[in-house]
Amino acid sequence: MFRRLPESDTATLRFKIDGRPATGRAGESVAAAMLAAGVVTCRTTPIGGQKRAPYCLMGVCFECLVTIDGIGNRQACLIPLTEGMDIRSQDGARDMAGEPVTEAAP
Amino acid sequence: MKRLANVVELAASYDLAIIGAGPAGMSAAVTAAEAGLSVLVLDENGAPGGQIYRGITGTPVKRREILGAEFWRGEEIVAGFERCEASYAPHATAWSLAPDGSKGFEIGVSLGGAVRHIHASEVIAATGAHERPFPIPGWTLPGVMTAGAAQIALKANALVPDGRVVIAGCGPLLFLVTAQLLAAGANIVAVLDTAEPGNWRRALPHLPGFLRSPYLMKGLRLLLKARRANFISRVTALRAEAGDDGCLARVAHTRGSTETTLACDTLLLHQGVVPNINLANAVGCEQDWDDGQLSFVPRIDDWMQTSIPGLSIPGDGGGIRGAEAAALGGTLAALGAAARLGRLSQDERNQRAAPVRAEFERLSAGRAFLDALYRPPKAFRVPAEAETIVCRCEEVTAGEIREVVAGGVTGPNQLKVFLRCGMGPCQGRQCGLTVTELMADARGVSAEAIGSYHLRPPFKPVTLGELASLPSNDAAVKAVVR
Repeated sequence: MFRRLPESDTATLRFKIDGRPATGRAGESVAAAMLAAGVVTCRTTPIGGQKRAPYCLMGVCFECLVTIDGIGNRQACLIPLTEGMDIRSQDGARDMAGEPVTEAAP
Repeated sequence: MKRLANVVELAASYDLAIIGAGPAGMSAAVTAAEAGLSVLVLDENGAPGGQIYRGITGTPVKRREILGAEFWRGEEIVAGFERCEASYAPHATAWSLAPDGSKGFEIGVSLGGAVRHIHASEVIAATGAHERPFPIPGWTLPGVMTAGAAQIALKANALVPDGRVVIAGCGPLLFLVTAQLLAAGANIVAVLDTAEPGNWRRALPHLPGFLRSPYLMKGLRLLLKARRANFISRVTALRAEAGDDGCLARVAHTRGSTETTLACDTLLLHQGVVPNINLANAVGCEQDWDDGQLSFVPRIDDWMQTSIPGLSIPGDGGGIRGAEAAALGGTLAALGAAARLGRLSQDERNQRAAPVRAEFERLSAGRAFLDALYRPPKAFRVPAEAETIVCRCEEVTAGEIREVVAGGVTGPNQLKVFLRCGMGPCQGRQCGLTVTELMADARGVSAEAIGSYHLRPPFKPVTLGELASLPSNDAAVKAVVR
């Protein structure tokens, strides 16, 4: 768990973490916002169901995989937080069957 | 600097593509753009600076003394980068790189949810370093993270670990993070120093180079600040233990014959940084085992060029030398590239490089001393306990690896087939070095003889949706549509 330095700007972006409302700062990653919101565990592993949490915060460990707006296996430490994001901790392997169909960007 | 947010803004071809916007990538971009090259910089982060200057353009940390003067040195490099003529794509991932005959390279780029292949005559892969794996019992528990991660959270987000913090390991960054977190008001219960006392003797022959480098004064200032924490030296074993909730609750450490357990909320691990070799390895660059840095390092020449002509790796990705040397290495790589493209004569190149190289060598000379002094002990590189997880993604333990090695598995690539070790999403970044050293230990041969995983593109994950966005010509469509 992390706390914000008192001098940092107020967190103004609203998002949800596992259905719970929380706020984050513009410009921060999903992983940073989760840590500041008191998240300790962000997923369980596909192999043994072990609890895991962000580990490296720089895109190399892939421990911070979460479901963002219905899409699984997103690297929370590399994705910027945006207003209204629905972030869910991921239970085991990504469930693609439940994911919304998206059109590929041009 | 021209900022790009979408693949459609990418040109089909550039003189030089730079992967990574840390000190090496930024200074390479400045030098190359000045020489008149068309330059594209691709970076995974949302702002320039790399990991060392992470968050420097927008950190919410207001009190500059928390991050220290060495961090703010990056402002000048970023300012130069922002003034230069290069194109810069933040939040971009390069996931493939293939030599394209004598003409250059084809690079797979993911940006804004779509992918494109672009062409570049020269490539500078300034992919930097990541922290060395630290496989101890319990290192996968929530509550355990790398010291570098805590530093990134502080630099980029003004976040400080709440509750009781234990920092463990060795290396210059351990002292830096300790000093920064103390300044930010963290409650550091203990710093468990794993450096071996005998390291001093091995480091001594490298002292002259260290004394010539600027590391001495920096190091002394840092030691004075960090030493205010409760340092516990000569730690020979570590174990992270879970509470009832399955998250970190305690850390046990051994000193002499005594084991002590400390209750804590966050454990930060660090035992040095190693080159991030995934791209170089996947492209097929020759690499050597560096016994001083205990890692594989791509083979590079005086202009940071790898065994693949036109592909250069300056900065920590080509061997750990630190941020200042990385910036100078980036300049040398760009001068080399510009000369190969005929934009600089050899004389001009050499003339401009001379003062840069002198300083680069002065800085590099200090490194061997630090490598020897903070050489991570074998006990923390080659886990002795059978249950310790080596491959975090596929949950493969040291015991399982030793077992298949005893059964005749000879190298890391064969190991993948037996245990899926190294085949998870991190693509071996977190287990590669441990696997090499563990197999070397089990077989009684050198790490060089064991070798590393053979990695393949895509060297970063790319989704099918992104791949489907690749423009296709008639021939490609006819090949799959009937």
